Amino acid sequence: MDNLERMKKAVASPYDYVRGRRGIGYVCSYVPEEIILAAGYTPVRLFGSQGETGLAHRHLQSYCCSLVRGILEEALSGEAADLSAVVFPDACDSIRRLSDIWRINIRGPVHFDFVLPVKLGTKSAEEYTIDILKRFQEELSSYLNVTVSREAIEKSIALMNEIRVTLGQFDRLRADGLIALSAEDYYTVFRAAMIMERHEFLQELKELIGKAKRKEPYSRTKAKVFIVGGMCKVPEIFNAIEEAGGFIVGDDLCIGARYYYGLCPTGLEPIEAIARRILSRPVCPAKHGGINSRLDHIVMRVKETGSEGVIFVTYKFCDPHAFDYPDLRKRLESEGYPTLLLEIEDPLPSEGQVRTRCEAFVEMLRQR
Amino acid sequence: MTKQAGVAKLREIMTNYYIEAKTARENKRLVAWITSGGPVEPLIALDIIPVYPENHGAMIGASKMGADLCRKAEEMGYSGDLCSYARSDFACSLTNGGPIGGLPEPDMLICCNNICGTVLKWYEIQARYYGVPLFIFDTPFCHTDYTPEIARYVKNQIGEYLDFLEEVTGKKVDLDHLAEVGRLSVEGQRLWQAVLDTAMHHPSPISAFDAFIYMALIVTLRGTQQVVDFYAGLLDEMKTRIAQGIGVVKEEKYRLLWDNIPIWYRMKWLSEKFASYGACLVADTYTSAWCGSLKYIDENDFLNSMAEGYTRIYLNIGVDERARTIMEMVKKYDAQGLVIHSNRSCKPYSLGQYDIQMMVEKELGIPTVVIEADMVDERSFSEAQIETRIEAFMELLAERSVI
Repeated sequence: MDNLERMKKAVASPYDYVRGRRGIGYVCSYVPEEIILAAGYTPVRLFGSQGETGLAHRHLQSYCCSLVRGILEEALSGEAADLSAVVFPDACDSIRRLSDIWRINIRGPVHFDFVLPVKLGTKSAEEYTIDILKRFQEELSSYLNVTVSREAIEKSIALMNEIRVTLGQFDRLRADGLIALSAEDYYTVFRAAMIMERHEFLQELKELIGKAKRKEPYSRTKAKVFIVGGMCKVPEIFNAIEEAGGFIVGDDLCIGARYYYGLCPTGLEPIEAIARRILSRPVCPAKHGGINSRLDHIVMRVKETGSEGVIFVTYKFCDPHAFDYPDLRKRLESEGYPTLLLEIEDPLPSEGQVRTRCEAFVEMLRQR
Repeated sequence: MTKQAGVAKLREIMTNYYIEAKTARENKRLVAWITSGGPVEPLIALDIIPVYPENHGAMIGASKMGADLCRKAEEMGYSGDLCSYARSDFACSLTNGGPIGGLPEPDMLICCNNICGTVLKWYEIQARYYGVPLFIFDTPFCHTDYTPEIARYVKNQIGEYLDFLEEVTGKKVDLDHLAEVGRLSVEGQRLWQAVLDTAMHHPSPISAFDAFIYMALIVTLRGTQQVVDFYAGLLDEMKTRIAQGIGVVKEEKYRLLWDNIPIWYRMKWLSEKFASYGACLVADTYTSAWCGSLKYIDENDFLNSMAEGYTRIYLNIGVDERARTIMEMVKKYDAQGLVIHSNRSCKPYSLGQYDIQMMVEKELGIPTVVIEADMVDERSFSEAQIETRIEAFMELLAERSVI
């Protein structure tokens, strides 16, 4: 089995991958993975099941997004039992309530709420973030009966920084045509990064890059597309874009570039370094970093990547993304970037429509 | 003060308030838009007029103008699944629509996220639209606890908030005056609680439908003498009704509790529907949210204690604590059933309601019913379906009360 196959396997059934290893589940990219790693555990991002067998609907109304439903569905079906703990960083309203519902209904994994500030740019928010990181470190130690030392955190910071740097290189190589990989496979690598034992993943990633890297970029006559959204794990979307003749050159996805954005700075106390990264990385729309910061960042990235158009891929019922969409679209279009909105559910109810819309969009980009 | 006189007085106060707000610029006063659960007292102490887009949203809903405005927001690109208060506000900003021709433009925006994450996005959008400064009062979610870390963070923000206001207004906050406003705020909240508490009496002199109307003042004018005077008068009226044995529902047979924001465009229909069975909605979790955290506030040290008071409100706590609150209310008001409005517009209020329902049924053994609707967007209201649900629920209540 080659590197990609091993990653695919972990992504296909994360709970199977975790079994026999020490895993701590988490539901949002704001979780301080460095502290979990320093405690001797692997942070395992929960992506939820695709579709439901009828458990989550007893707890969640139809207007809750399919990501939250899927995560609860899996946990209710008993899958989460092998996790040692689960961490809910404060994200959107739905994830807040998911944390409550999980705590009330799921037995087994130790439950942590890591309640981050929402407003990230102030001194008091920085102090608070440092406070809760310290508390998280203490609580992990006491509930899991492990030692989380300063040195161990320093080591995990170095490891996570290396993973982030390598993923960033991997992104650029692919966007430059120096690594031939389908978008579906590309995003599978990112999901694997959030599931696999991190040393093992880094090794796999380095090998994959080494083997797949080309000396000359392959010619690309495709329309360059940038994707904006949260958690797109529906492969049909990526395939539809590529098969329509689009090429994804960048993204602001939770399972893409947002995972490697920002490093923990060196030369600070480790907890402070983690706080600094949390507070300064480009924001998720559920966080506040200034009224224009997310818009500015995305426009900059769209320009930087040489994109020709932007596709919004948002989950139906995802409020933070849906609120940002109209102003962001306006900004992008005023800068000359056409946009397409794909509001999706996981699984997709009808693939045909997405395909047709991607085709029409890419065709329009090509004619410009 | 009779019921008609009370409502007329309330209308007069609210009309004057909106006239004052809409003429603020001519009178050289500043307007701040603020979220419904936001710390308004410093604004009042600085003579800034607080304007509540959520109260405006309720008025839009009650005027049955919600669907049209929400549709306009959808044309602007906002998903139809977003909060209908926010959607109608965006449309009003652009068109000056709604029952009062739009809100006065803000000079600043004050967003406290103790009620939801939606207000953060809503106020960011309006800060871009109006180009005015935005202050976010960040109240971390208290799933199980108000931790020392949260306490320190929120307290630190009180200073930042005052600094922000002083910078925007160019005026110093008079701390003595602020303490007085704080005392009035607490007094208003106490009186509001006392008014709601009269519903403990059988038959109840007040219903949740009345409270949904009377609440306008505790939301918009909290911290003023006007609120204190009005609720003091209202309390007297309720006491008179109790003394005379007058119930708000003729021949009160059933007493129910309501959870979530009202369905503003169907208040009359719902009120008559329940009354037709002799059912009185004696209390609710919404109107009491403006006095539910009184226990954390020290009226003699308002500024410092408001951190906890504003952080531990009903929507910023865990689902299990909310279920406990509901069960305490069921006992306090001697309710025999729970009516749950599952409100598409409000995820923090609605997600978790099914668990609350299960806990209440299991622990108290009382019947419950879920009504699926939306607070402002009447397109999400299915009369036939809701009627059937209420009928079945009332039948169940009737059976239970025979036993």
